[in-house]
Amino acid sequence: MSAIRLRRSLTTLSFLAPALIGIAVFFVYPLISAVYFSFTKFDLLSVPQWVGLDNYKRMADDPFLLQSVRNTLWMVVVFVPARIVGAIGLSMLLTQLRRGAGFFRTVFYLPALVPPVAATIAFVYLLKPGTGPVDHFLEKIGISGPLWFNSPTWAKPSLVLLGLWAIGDLMVIFLAAVLGVPESLYEAASLDGANAWHKFRSITLPSIQPVILFAAVTGVIYTLQYFDQAAVAGSIASGQATVGAGISQSFGYPEGSTFTYPLWLYTVGFRYNALGYANALAIALFVVALSVTVILMRRAKAFSGEES
Amino acid sequence: MNKRLPSALFALTLLTTAACTPAPKENKVAAPGASVSGTVELWHFFTEREADAIDQVIKDFESTHPNIKVTVKSGQDDSKVTQAIGAGNGPDIGLSYSTDIVGKFCSSGAWVDLTPYITRDKVDLNQLNATTRSYTEFGGKRCAMPFLADAYGMFYNKDLFAKAGIAGPPKTLDELTEDAKKLTVRNPDGSLKTVGFLPLYDFYENAAAHLAPAVGAKWLTDDGKSAVGSDPAWKTLLTWQKNLVDWYGYDKLTKFKAGLGDEFSADNAFQKGQVAINIDAEYRLAFLKDQSPNLKYGVAPLPAADPARYGGGYVTGNIMGISKNAKNPEAAWELIKYLTTDDAAVTKLAGLIKNVPTTTKSIADPTLNADADFKAFIDIFNNPNSSTTPPSASGPAYQETFGQFLVNYQAGKVKDLDAGLADADKKVNSVMQLGG
Repeated sequence: MSAIRLRRSLTTLSFLAPALIGIAVFFVYPLISAVYFSFTKFDLLSVPQWVGLDNYKRMADDPFLLQSVRNTLWMVVVFVPARIVGAIGLSMLLTQLRRGAGFFRTVFYLPALVPPVAATIAFVYLLKPGTGPVDHFLEKIGISGPLWFNSPTWAKPSLVLLGLWAIGDLMVIFLAAVLGVPESLYEAASLDGANAWHKFRSITLPSIQPVILFAAVTGVIYTLQYFDQAAVAGSIASGQATVGAGISQSFGYPEGSTFTYPLWLYTVGFRYNALGYANALAIALFVVALSVTVILMRRAKAFSGEES
Repeated sequence: MNKRLPSALFALTLLTTAACTPAPKENKVAAPGASVSGTVELWHFFTEREADAIDQVIKDFESTHPNIKVTVKSGQDDSKVTQAIGAGNGPDIGLSYSTDIVGKFCSSGAWVDLTPYITRDKVDLNQLNATTRSYTEFGGKRCAMPFLADAYGMFYNKDLFAKAGIAGPPKTLDELTEDAKKLTVRNPDGSLKTVGFLPLYDFYENAAAHLAPAVGAKWLTDDGKSAVGSDPAWKTLLTWQKNLVDWYGYDKLTKFKAGLGDEFSADNAFQKGQVAINIDAEYRLAFLKDQSPNLKYGVAPLPAADPARYGGGYVTGNIMGISKNAKNPEAAWELIKYLTTDDAAVTKLAGLIKNVPTTTKSIADPTLNADADFKAFIDIFNNPNSSTTPPSASGPAYQETFGQFLVNYQAGKVKDLDAGLADADKKVNSVMQLGG
């Protein structure tokens, strides 16, 4: 009996092994290493020295932490809901189309296929004040456009616009969810005299709630790690994009408005070679992302009444 | 038993992590006259034309050193070199574009101390320009050698100067202000059409480091702390710059700047005649020749607050060092010695890459000095009023932290300059602690 059980366990383990090895090598080991290094003074070049909680205490006096946290929180509060609302709206519109639905689904999905760096470069040039096509168009209809990526007020909203343009990845998920809502529910609601808004609020939204939760959790995690677009937009908009000299000199341009938490983490780790403190910042980010995820999951359960 | 498993795994991972961290290795220098041979690997950041120039000079080296074969990897930036050294697989030689890494590479021992090689081979360091000597050592340890240099000066548009009735380039900051105003042209709606001098710190090469020689401002005190709050020269520079920004109007300047092309493209604002005076280095000469051959321009030293300081500018350069885990450090030193102290090699490299040479004889080379514009930069390089940014264990942290303050100051977000500078001092000192 025990031999059979052992054999079954081994069989199960052998099937799980590829995934377990992957998780151990690419997640558990780096995570535990990061925890270890966060308690050390480490520059990648010499032997780490144990400094206890010094790196965590340093956060209280870090002159750039607050600015980077503020910018990242702004992105979480505006960027995530904007993309979810935009994706739901777009998927609702696409389900209403009688003709050419396939064509429009493809058109709206295409920007999501563009690599983030290329998309950001293109977007900065599209919105370039004075010479960009968007500014030309706005001028023709009598509107004086803002400075977009060159304005500390407009730089983050411009990044949100970039995120909305590349909304295709989220749109297809919501489209599948919306199409999965049973037609019979809408028919029954129609018989009861419900209008479009009532149907959306009472049928569509509750039906796609698990997808909204998924989008919110992954969106928050993604935005907490927001790096590529902010780095590239700052570099290109500042007019100092160079090959070789790195781009971190223009991080946060203009006036620190796009200086997100991951940009500071990168600067500390790879520009100032303070890998110990950078790891402490990374662990803090991990704890925040995990906490937000847990809170969102619990709130969602409470709303859907699963706990009751 | 199962409950102990996670703790055991955690401990094992910690041990593995700690054990995998490279330990320092002692570097032994061969006896004088010992024969050197084998393969040496050089990583550099250059690409295209400049990488071809390196290859040409490496061929010269191999022909005079037939027992040494050089393997070259181009396009390698500092972070790749750092990671490779940290992982125990560093190249024999790293060639960096930035003096910012000297502090960390010297203090951590990532690049070995070259003094034993220099002493053994009786290399005279006095043949190297004094500024380049200062940015290639840190804490009494010489872990790098200068590989060509960049000198920063002022480019001015001769046609726009003639149109504005200005005879020659400004020599003082006050003259620069005066000329900038004369050269500026506004549109009927008040917006800027042509700007005499665009003073914003985040425009092209206007970083504080490049402007500091105009006032002789110091970055660090003798004990390595921030000097931005205590050196009155900074206040002179900041006040001058802010007055000029306010004359233009910060919003107008920002709007004008937003519409300009990228610095390293043919749309560079100076090359297109949108800006009449620009701070830039000798490498711009190659861009001008290639991208704007019809532009009539002149070059001059950076204007100074005190006329007695005129003639200098910011100096920086590329640096080379031997990794602590180099496989063939002796051959690596031979190559570094050749590329940084052999006058013929340095002259050839300067001519091909269009950077300033660093040895006494190459600096005086008649071929390089035949071009008057290039000679102007060699003169700036040699001027005693020229200065550089001091190496620090936290790299460019002190410059970038102060840069953030400057950006806020020029935008009008800092009302009390003295209090702002004192606060900037604190922030710089706090960030510098990251370097240990």
